[in-house]
Amino acid sequence: MDKLKFRIFKSHLLHYSVVVLAALMAVPLVAILGKVAVEGFRNLTLEFLFQPAPTTYEAVMASAAGHAIPGGISNGLVGTLLMLLMSSAISIPVGILSGVFLAEHRSTVFAKVSSYMTDILQGTPSIILGVIVYAWIVIPMKGYSAIAGSIALCIMMLPLIVRSTEEAVKMLSSSYKEAALALGGSYFRTVWKVLLPSAFGQIFTGVLLAVSRIVGETAPLMFTALGCAIVQWDVTQPMSSVPLLIWQFFNNPTLQPLLWSASLVLLVFVLLLNVSSKIVTNKWKI
Amino acid sequence: MENINNTILEIRDLCVAYTADKLSVSHVSTDIPRNQITAIMGPSGCGKSTLLRAINRMHELYRGIQVSGELLIDGQDLLKINAMRVRREVGMVFQRPNPFPTMSIADNVLAGYSLNGIRLEKSMRQSIVEQSLKSVGLWNEVKDSLTKRGTFLSGGQQQRLCIARALALKPKLILMDEPTSALDPIATTTIENLLVELKNEVSIIIVTHNMGQAKRISQKSLFMYLGELVEGGSTEQMFSDPADRRTKSYLSGNIG
Ligand SMILES: Nc1ncnc2c1ncn2[C@@H]1O[C@H](COP(=O)(O)OP(=O)(O)O)[C@@H](O)[C@H]1O
Ligand SMILES: [Mg+2]
Repeated sequence: MDKLKFRIFKSHLLHYSVVVLAALMAVPLVAILGKVAVEGFRNLTLEFLFQPAPTTYEAVMASAAGHAIPGGISNGLVGTLLMLLMSSAISIPVGILSGVFLAEHRSTVFAKVSSYMTDILQGTPSIILGVIVYAWIVIPMKGYSAIAGSIALCIMMLPLIVRSTEEAVKMLSSSYKEAALALGGSYFRTVWKVLLPSAFGQIFTGVLLAVSRIVGETAPLMFTALGCAIVQWDVTQPMSSVPLLIWQFFNNPTLQPLLWSASLVLLVFVLLLNVSSKIVTNKWKI
Repeated sequence: MENINNTILEIRDLCVAYTADKLSVSHVSTDIPRNQITAIMGPSGCGKSTLLRAINRMHELYRGIQVSGELLIDGQDLLKINAMRVRREVGMVFQRPNPFPTMSIADNVLAGYSLNGIRLEKSMRQSIVEQSLKSVGLWNEVKDSLTKRGTFLSGGQQQRLCIARALALKPKLILMDEPTSALDPIATTTIENLLVELKNEVSIIIVTHNMGQAKRISQKSLFMYLGELVEGGSTEQMFSDPADRRTKSYLSGNIG
């Protein structure tokens, strides 16, 4: 009897330890979100999203006159969105095709080697990718540009998308593929009409997570897109991004009040991506 | 000498090997009668599925599987014609019901057409869906939910949907690999009754673990053991008076 009580006690002890540890894990997250939200809301106005970052002169003049610092992060937002679009346009189709290929030929030497390479690429520090793209694109093109920045981001997204597509297709039961081919379907149509739609939820989740991983990347953009003080739509020119602006605000004492609001915008964007990926995962369960 | 017109498929000296050192189907020769149900029986691992999958060339999807011999469908060797054409004429139903999870019930029935890149007029599509679902007795059950996903149906309904999907292409022959082994007894009976009716439209080969099922629905039975065809003939004959002692001991429950 005592033995049984002891076992019940142990089970309760374990249960409560898990609950307490889980709560402790949430502390840093809540602390981060709280700090960024409280500090960030102070300067956050609608104007903040639609005005480019102020120059040091404008900021100094405004604070001398006792006004709030003018301007916002529109140059960074436009740059981030343009570069995300360009890098996604390449990395999503290429990544999905490669992922399907790796899953479908998983036993071949070529696929095993490619798969290993993908892992290495995924583990390469982003700053090194920045240096590489600087050497390969920026120097030959004789200048920093959004194109170079997008290429760096694209290289970072690719392995993430390849890997998530590969896992998604591998998890599908081979019986769907066999059923499609047994109806006389061509291999291409089987992939297009059965395999990809069935894996869509997971692939899409992977894409969203890949985007959320690179949207905050700063280091590779310092070597490639550089930054720009105005809203720039010409992708052959240097361009700003939200994380680049955060770095600039941090380095400029007069602009530091804008630091938190820019961080808040970036954080909210990433959280939205993460929440959407959860929703997609649940909606597209098969 | 059997009349060739009553034979849909002649299997001549068929061998299938997954690895070079072992034949999983060894020198099988037999005739599959037209508009009848042929049952393939035998203990687990004797090569039933391997034989069945040779008939619609599924082995070509994997590397290193050797198939030799002749498979004459209406006199033409199906190992020598385009595999995609063969698979349109020889349908397959799998052990586990596997309607395509992202397609509606109607799209599942029409999947054979869309996977072959065949575009159909709307009226044609509707009539194929209705006809195919009626022939598996599913029409009344699903006619108001044709646009819903096929995966919401019960297991037995899903399997009938898979049969409808195969029938929609109007195949000459349908291969079924233990199609009721994942189903409950009531769904199994429904499908058995269905197959008995369907044989007027299409010739059927069914692999089954269930001797009672073979006895109830098939006209011809094949008994396989260790990759060989031990005995094949009329079901009545085989169950009442098996020629080979291995068949006899299988039917009496001593092997398998
Ligand atoms: N993919 C495969 N690779 C290698 N051997 C296989 C494979 N599939 C089946 N076999 C072997 O072939 C033999 C026949 O298998 P199978 O046709 O599945 O038997 P059954 O359907 O009668 O249970 C077995 O010995 C099995 O181990
Ligand atoms: Mg089998």
